[in-house]
Amino acid sequence: MQPTAEQIEQDLLRPLFHSSGKYWFAVAIAASLLLAGVAAFFYQLYNGIGVWGLNSPVFWGFDITNFVFWIGISHAGTLISAILRLTNATWRRPVTRCAEAITVFSVLIGAIIPLCHIGRPWLAFWMIPYPSERHIWPNFRSPLAWDFFAISTYLTGSTTFLYLPTIPDFAAVRDASTGLRKKIYRVLALGWQGTPRQWQRLEVAMHIMAVVIVPVAVSVHTIVSWDFAMTPVPMWHSSIFGPYFVAGAIFSGIAALILAMALLRKFLHLEEYLRPIHFENLGKLLLTMSLLWFYFTFAERLTTWYGNSPPEMAVFWDSIRKNFAPLFWTMVVCNFIIPVPILAIKRLRTITGTAIASATVVVGMWLERFLIVVPSLEHKFLPYSWGTYRPTWVEDTLMASSFGMMALLYLLFSKFVPMISIWEMKVGLQSHGGVPVVLPAESKPVLEGPQ
Amino acid sequence: MNALYGLYADAAGAQRAVDSLRSATSELRFDRRQIVIVSGEPHEGYEFTDSEATSTPYRWAVLGAVVGGTAGYLLTTLSQKSYPIHTGGMSLTPVWTNGIIVYEMVMLGAILTTLVVLLIGAGLPNFKGTISDPEVGKGKILVGVMDPPQSSQPELERRLQQAGAWQVRQSTTPRP
Repeated sequence: MQPTAEQIEQDLLRPLFHSSGKYWFAVAIAASLLLAGVAAFFYQLYNGIGVWGLNSPVFWGFDITNFVFWIGISHAGTLISAILRLTNATWRRPVTRCAEAITVFSVLIGAIIPLCHIGRPWLAFWMIPYPSERHIWPNFRSPLAWDFFAISTYLTGSTTFLYLPTIPDFAAVRDASTGLRKKIYRVLALGWQGTPRQWQRLEVAMHIMAVVIVPVAVSVHTIVSWDFAMTPVPMWHSSIFGPYFVAGAIFSGIAALILAMALLRKFLHLEEYLRPIHFENLGKLLLTMSLLWFYFTFAERLTTWYGNSPPEMAVFWDSIRKNFAPLFWTMVVCNFIIPVPILAIKRLRTITGTAIASATVVVGMWLERFLIVVPSLEHKFLPYSWGTYRPTWVEDTLMASSFGMMALLYLLFSKFVPMISIWEMKVGLQSHGGVPVVLPAESKPVLEGPQ
Repeated sequence: MNALYGLYADAAGAQRAVDSLRSATSELRFDRRQIVIVSGEPHEGYEFTDSEATSTPYRWAVLGAVVGGTAGYLLTTLSQKSYPIHTGGMSLTPVWTNGIIVYEMVMLGAILTTLVVLLIGAGLPNFKGTISDPEVGKGKILVGVMDPPQSSQPELERRLQQAGAWQVRQSTTPRP
């Protein structure tokens, strides 16, 4: 049975006012992971990045792997949400906010990682172009400067894209709460009232944002791929890297979104709203991306093999037959062998099935990022400079804490913001029974004034 | 602040109320701008909503993009000329790489302009007392008149009810 507007508001506001013991337990675990990472970061700050496993010739390890991974995950939200909005896919309504929140938090985490990586984060402001007494500017030819601009734009855009449609829901929380909570939400809602003018402006703004954010999202991961592709390192200097990274990012993003939705559905009791059809539709998208990922991976490897360039073949064989073979084949199993049958067979494309496939894809895509970064750096063009890389406990802890931070931010977000857009769900009620009635612009009033 | 309003279960009823109130502005001595409509969700396809439609934000977004792109172009080229570095005979102001910065600044300009235009267009932030009703959150649409003349109130109430109001209410205090 279709819920009423009142039921929708009650159901979706409930998690903000009532939290179970399980919720706080999950918060405690996520916060512990984050705190461990903060401790590891300060340890690294005190001792220098020599405490990492990085050494010549491998100067990028877990940190850049995680950076690429989290920026990739960020493609879940904004891109998917924007495309679904632009195509007016009505099933998007319960999905968009879950997705947009993933984007904002994963871009934030992705942006923090290079700050750890540079070793002296207090000098990060050198990336900001302003006339300083040093008389130097960021080198705009450097992909790292492109990263700064792309990620800043993406973070600004995705935060705006998340915040704008949340304003009416902040107003709903404001109207349903009292005391300090009411005061906080009053500020967040900016005095939203819900007049036709406000709704029109919001819808237009969301449409513009959806149009703008898609090319920004594509550019961000393309630019991240150029961090590698602009460098003459075996198996990096490839023109396919841009689309390969974007496809991989959308792939991992959808997987993260399905996982998050499955957890929200279970723990926030949103079964009425996050229905099997949403998982089935996203499962189909994930299947498409899995096939696309395999196509790109095969094309990339085939071109390298056919070229038979010795430096590239050294990386190629190291990946698939030697040191990194266990990771490579685990990646193939996680990204293709497991998810494709689960997602292709309708009977298996259930909530549990898509969640299992998504979990393996998240693992597989992290491995893919690692296999792009490390094997190539271990085998540069001159064999005398070959080396190996083993992460230390500091890097392991920082990686674990990035997952903890993501979980913590998401959990806290779900405590302060309705995870499903209340007003968009109500719009769904209007069209449930058909298209809304369209009255002529100058419709005749029912009542006539006194004669 | 005083308001007399009806609560409507559907947008068609709200539209009838709006039309009725608009046709009576001179007779009941209130201004068209005193008519207030509040809902918990947008109602596309109805005149009271569609009359607010505008394409102005699109034009502002394009302008913002142009300004952002120009700022990006000036930032890259002027700084590269002011602080020249050795490029091995290659261009001092390379179009390919500067184009990436310009592209991002175009997008940033459009995003920030859209945000500002939304806030101005929607009259946000606005922390002054405004009219609302708890029933709006439950799906009702509020249509009424702010500060109506005392003498017109019985006729206003009749019109709101005849348009199909679920309830007609009076508000004398602004929402905090």
